[in-house]
Amino acid sequence: MSSDDGLIEIVNVTKAFGTGERRFLALGGVNATIRKGEFFTLLGPSGCGKTTLLRLIAGFELPTSGEILLDGQEIGHLPPYRRPVNTVFQNYALFPHMTVAENISFGLEMLNKPKAEIASTVERMLALVKMSELAGRRTDQLSGGQQQRVALARALAPQPKVLLLDEPLSALDLKLRKEMQVELKRIQHETGITFIFVTHDQEEALTMSDRIAVMAKGNILQIGSPSEIYNAPAARFVADFIGDINFIEGQVVVAGEKTAQIRLPGGQVLTARASRPVEGPVTLAIRPEKVGLRHADDDDVPLSGTVTNLVYFGSGTNVHVDVGLGADIVARATAPKVALGDRVGLDLHVTDLSVLAE
Amino acid sequence: MSVRQEIATPAEADAALRAAIRQREREAFRNRWLLLAPAVGLIGCVGLLPLALTMIYSFLEPGTYGGVTWSFSTGAYEQFLFDRDLFDETILTFNPSYVIIFARSIFLALVATVGTLIVGYPTAYFIATRPRESRNLWLFLITLPFWTNLLIRTYAMLLIIRDEGLVNALLMGVGVVNQPVGILYTDFAVFLGLIYSFLPFMVLPVYASLEKLDFRLVEAAYDLYATRWRVLRRVVIPATRPGIIAGCILVFIPGLGAYITPELLGGGKKLMIGNMIALQFGTARNWPFGSAAALILMAMVVLMLFVVMRRSGRQMSHG
Repeated sequence: MSSDDGLIEIVNVTKAFGTGERRFLALGGVNATIRKGEFFTLLGPSGCGKTTLLRLIAGFELPTSGEILLDGQEIGHLPPYRRPVNTVFQNYALFPHMTVAENISFGLEMLNKPKAEIASTVERMLALVKMSELAGRRTDQLSGGQQQRVALARALAPQPKVLLLDEPLSALDLKLRKEMQVELKRIQHETGITFIFVTHDQEEALTMSDRIAVMAKGNILQIGSPSEIYNAPAARFVADFIGDINFIEGQVVVAGEKTAQIRLPGGQVLTARASRPVEGPVTLAIRPEKVGLRHADDDDVPLSGTVTNLVYFGSGTNVHVDVGLGADIVARATAPKVALGDRVGLDLHVTDLSVLAE
Repeated sequence: MSVRQEIATPAEADAALRAAIRQREREAFRNRWLLLAPAVGLIGCVGLLPLALTMIYSFLEPGTYGGVTWSFSTGAYEQFLFDRDLFDETILTFNPSYVIIFARSIFLALVATVGTLIVGYPTAYFIATRPRESRNLWLFLITLPFWTNLLIRTYAMLLIIRDEGLVNALLMGVGVVNQPVGILYTDFAVFLGLIYSFLPFMVLPVYASLEKLDFRLVEAAYDLYATRWRVLRRVVIPATRPGIIAGCILVFIPGLGAYITPELLGGGKKLMIGNMIALQFGTARNWPFGSAAALILMAMVVLMLFVVMRRSGRQMSHG
């Protein structure tokens, strides 16, 4: 399956470490297409294989099977120095015996570029990451944020077709991380280079990416835009990993083309969105901010229950409601006029309530 | 502890505080010297005292049957460079033979240093890239020769490279040569012996710095289009320079004063500094000259160390 705008294609890639009983399958048949110029994020918990996939694209590991195509060319077996791909490492891995400028020029020197071109590119990169004043500094005299910028400039200087970023912001404090998120987006926009970004931070993934691949246990569970991933999670793991969500178990009673009627254990019937015909026991998912709070005695509320907890978090309050389904359903509101023990009704709109693929 | 002074004036309080601080400083000073005393004593007895004796001896005249006669003379130092005329003691002619011995020693020590570096660096790299559990075994194997006396190891070397030895038997058995190749009692034999006996001194410090090397730097260099050779030259070697310098110092200095290896494998035909000094205290019975030669050697080593330290120090701070 080749698409016109696919820059990198990952076809049935597996990666196993070790042999015999200690054999561990880090990637089990991964497929993905990364488009030219996009900010593509690999998101997942630690050990999900996202860094392994990145290292396979960089060339630090070779795939056990499958192909990695760049511009239609198989690159999966090439050593790192033969791939037009550069990496920003998690701990930056700046050369300690070189200055900032020497670090940035390293890749260009290895490509045997003419001196004048190297000098002008280094200057341009220093300006891009706003580090021109510190060009002559040794890297161990820099702060974490500054090292981050140098690592970025060093990887961008050879003008790679793809820039790989391995959790580059995880070592920074929160405020600096937010700043660098904006900076990264700006730099990606200015250079037009395709970014593949690895993170375990779902918020970071949602705010920065054009598309996200959610990974778990060596597989990609869903690829889509941040809003697709957030609003229409394809799997329970995706829904659970990204943001807060309510799960409701039930049985399908009527299945339509786009919707389905689901009966809950308590006998109530909900209408939910389904991307395909469903049957049997299913799980429904809805985000807390999509759950509407109503009066308990309103006619058309599908669920009602008692308020068991109120959790204030600044921009809003989470209202925990016991509707007799085991787990509480959480509704998020800016200023709910309810108190502990109140009976409330819950409005679950069909467009916000989705049936998960199991 | 002290009684609370409720009506102390500020001036009195200051004075009390100053007295207390002085008292504490005095105690700290005394404790420091008490703690240092064993180390200072040891360095004084086994380091400075023999050195002072050597220095005094070098300015005396040799006794007829060894030992010294207690009269001041700079003769020992003059002898290093000049021959005294047999008939007129004021006529000095330049005699390069001792300078040649020094030059040859420095040359052999330098070659041995380069040799151990060429053999030792890949060895250390190999060990540093093994899994953590097996590294200790490799290091143990590297230090294993230390368990045997140097003299015995050198004799073993002698047995291997002599005309009837293992190497020649092998070469002749295979038919590469008809006559035994004369390896023993050449500079090459001394060179081999020095490399063999000093190799661990190179491997261990280089290993220590390679083990600390962040191998993500190697990955970063590969990622930035550096080939294997360029990764080694531009990243690995510069990052492990402290270990290389330490290893070179540890091989070069003892190599300069090596005694057993040149004596046995070089056949004592060509003197090195160590043999020359030993000779003065033994057969030649010229203790002042032996002392002077030892001090000249030491002065040279200190000077060279100073230069190396200055240069590597500068490289450290300027990247």
